[in-house]
Amino acid sequence: MMAGTLLEVSGVTKRFGGFTALDGVDFSVRPGERVGLIGPNGSGKSTLVNCITGTLRNEEGSIRFEGQDICGYAAHRRIRLGLARSFQIPKPFTSMSVLDNLCVPLLFAARKHEKFAPGRVVEEAMHILGQVGLESKARAMSGGLTQVDMRKLELARAMAAKPKLLISDEAMAGLSASEVDEILALLSGLKERGVAVIMIEHVMRAVMKFSERIAVLVAGRKIADGDPQSVVGNADVIKAYLGE
Amino acid sequence: MSNRAFAAIAFAVAIAIAAASQLIGNEYFFVAAYTVLQFVILATAWNILGGYTGYVNFGSASFFAVGAYTSVALYNAFKAPLPVVIVAGTVTAGLVGLGVGYLTLRLRGVFFAIATLALSVVLYTFVVNWDYVGGARGAYIILPREGPFGLSRYIHLLYIAMVLMAAFALVIARAIETSTLGRGLAAIRDDELAAECSGVPTLRLKIFSTMVSCALMGMAGTTLPYFISYIEPSSAFSLSYAVNSIAMPLIGGMMSWMGPLIGAVLLGSVQQLVQVTVSSAWNLLIVGVLLVLFVTLAPNGIMGWVYAWRRRKER
Amino acid sequence: MRQPAGDPRRFRFDPMEITPALILNAVIAGLLIGGFYAAVSVGVSISFGMLDVVNIAHPAFILVGSYIAYIVNDRFGFDPILVSLVVSPLFFALGLGIYRVYYVCFERRGQESLRGLAFFFGILFITEVALVLIFGVDYRTASTAYTDTTLRLGGIDFPLRLVVPFAVSMAMVAGLQVFFTHTFFGRAVLAVAQDQLALRLMGVDPVRIKGLAFALSIATASVAGAFLIVIQPVQPSIGREYIGLVFAVCVLGGMGSIWGTLIGALVLGVAESFTSTFVGPSWAPAVSFGLLLATLAFRPSGILGR
Repeated sequence: MMAGTLLEVSGVTKRFGGFTALDGVDFSVRPGERVGLIGPNGSGKSTLVNCITGTLRNEEGSIRFEGQDICGYAAHRRIRLGLARSFQIPKPFTSMSVLDNLCVPLLFAARKHEKFAPGRVVEEAMHILGQVGLESKARAMSGGLTQVDMRKLELARAMAAKPKLLISDEAMAGLSASEVDEILALLSGLKERGVAVIMIEHVMRAVMKFSERIAVLVAGRKIADGDPQSVVGNADVIKAYLGE
Repeated sequence: MSNRAFAAIAFAVAIAIAAASQLIGNEYFFVAAYTVLQFVILATAWNILGGYTGYVNFGSASFFAVGAYTSVALYNAFKAPLPVVIVAGTVTAGLVGLGVGYLTLRLRGVFFAIATLALSVVLYTFVVNWDYVGGARGAYIILPREGPFGLSRYIHLLYIAMVLMAAFALVIARAIETSTLGRGLAAIRDDELAAECSGVPTLRLKIFSTMVSCALMGMAGTTLPYFISYIEPSSAFSLSYAVNSIAMPLIGGMMSWMGPLIGAVLLGSVQQLVQVTVSSAWNLLIVGVLLVLFVTLAPNGIMGWVYAWRRRKER
Repeated sequence: MRQPAGDPRRFRFDPMEITPALILNAVIAGLLIGGFYAAVSVGVSISFGMLDVVNIAHPAFILVGSYIAYIVNDRFGFDPILVSLVVSPLFFALGLGIYRVYYVCFERRGQESLRGLAFFFGILFITEVALVLIFGVDYRTASTAYTDTTLRLGGIDFPLRLVVPFAVSMAMVAGLQVFFTHTFFGRAVLAVAQDQLALRLMGVDPVRIKGLAFALSIATASVAGAFLIVIQPVQPSIGREYIGLVFAVCVLGGMGSIWGTLIGALVLGVAESFTSTFVGPSWAPAVSFGLLLATLAFRPSGILGR
């Protein structure tokens, strides 16, 4: 295990009945690193995210976070250690306002490792809403937001867990160019706060602009992992995306 | 308003109601009021797991009956006094809820709901075969006609106990609703996966919510054998409890402690009237139809209308 | 010898004379009733297993089927099973209507887990109470040519009132299995369970498919209802007793698998038969729940798990 690794995924295999979604995947992230994770649809990216965060259990392999083996931990426990994720299809708490949505991870995740007084939760939530540009919508019901605002809320909620590693799962899918830039700025801002980010995207220009390193997943296997330019020029990667 | 202030007010109101009703001469009032209070507790209890957490319990009658039969068992064993019986019934029902929850809450909410439905049948079978509490023939509890503390009838004591228990249930419900725990439950209700991934320990909270809900349902049942002085399975497990504990919060509004209270008082009173004028089967039919109408057309219940009207006024 | 009723020792299980004939009879009776259970549960296997619609009111529809068969049988003397087959298109139409309401009010709004469940519970409840109001709580039976006939083959009893429903049920289950695996519509239903988006891309409307499949599941309730009244006397509250059983069979057999439902039903039938014979008939209802809980706790994907 490399010194100073934040997340270490080794030999992770996940099967659904007869179908192998992940096959011996190795993957690591250093503190504060920006990693892009790309691959064709169905290649296992979301499955990998689910295994890392604990909503699915891998059959083989190990997952270590800050040196700790988290394979047996329930998802909420991993979140409390400093992992966070956004969902591809936003899952807001629809009975709550935008502000209250953030209060949940603040109260249940962030408070576990960052002591702040319960009275300051609202203040913290507003602060994060400010960082994503949603302060004006704080009191709005979370069910009626626009697409891009929902994506921002998803990311804001993940940020409210005060993570050390944030996984952004296709937050930009289906957004316009300017909306993509908004999300990109949001994610880039995390770097200043020392948060490592795994960006899963199909919007290649965003991935190229954002990532220090790119990993490529195809049919459950990692076929490339390195700096963006060399990965994009990799023959296998081009073949996977464009076909033979 | 803090929970302590609410509790003080709730118990003050309860005591005032209990004292004031000593002035009422009509004995039927106590019978009707007892039944309505029973429903207040049941509806409030159901809503802790149903409205707050989003898990449907179809077996309210089971936990209610656990409370009732624990009373009978303890009374037959050593003529236990009322407070002991109430606590015992509440705890036992809570433990049964814990057991069922522990076995089924790791799976989808649907399986929990089905398990509660099937539980009624199993517990019913168990009780019918258990002669110590009378089995299918039932058991009698003979009580003194006069009540203690100078009350003219024993039923007055039961009534006072129910008023206090109803206040207790409301205080607990509100305390949960306004606490951090309540926020966690709401998150589970809205989106359990997102809640878990926001750090909410969903399994632990669900089990706790189930335990409290079932315990309170059992509490509602503890005084039943004393009330009717005869207990037998088909009345203890009556369908009326199952459907009313769902219909009342649904019609009143599931989002806060006020909804079940309103639903229970309104629907309970209406049923008392209908039952006296028409048959009890028609009564249940009306409740069932109201349930389906409200769930399809007005899912947020009466409190939902109030909130919507208030929001419209704000604009 | 059973202890007298008031004796607390009655809880103990008395050993009986266990002969091969006794065991064989229990097995056969269990299999025969298991065939009936398969007919009862296959509808839920479709609506819950394949479509993810928690229709806990399914036993209520079965009861309605029983009572309709009873009325016609009582008036005109027609065989209940034949009546049910004739009436099943009505049930099909009813199923379409109910799914429409369910979809518009709950599924579309994502409220199916809480309110959708309450909706079906309300329907179950209303049906039972309505039946009580119309027919009363007395038991009703149907009379057929074969109700009282029992074949004796090799020392084992084959009551025809169990055999005939068993045979028709097997035909129905086999027919459904063929339908789901070999017709376009059937396979579209299986696809709906797995990938609605892909189905849309193929130009098929998932909502319509689900509606038709749900209607099919209600149509099976009509036939199952006829089986019920042939096998035993019915009264309105029986519906609730079958809910645990129906879902136990589906979970046991692996959700959405027709063959699995059949196997689960047969297993449950035999388990209940053995309990009834060797422990006591009043304990039989607890068996299905016990099996359900055990399956949920230890092997949620069922016997033929996916």
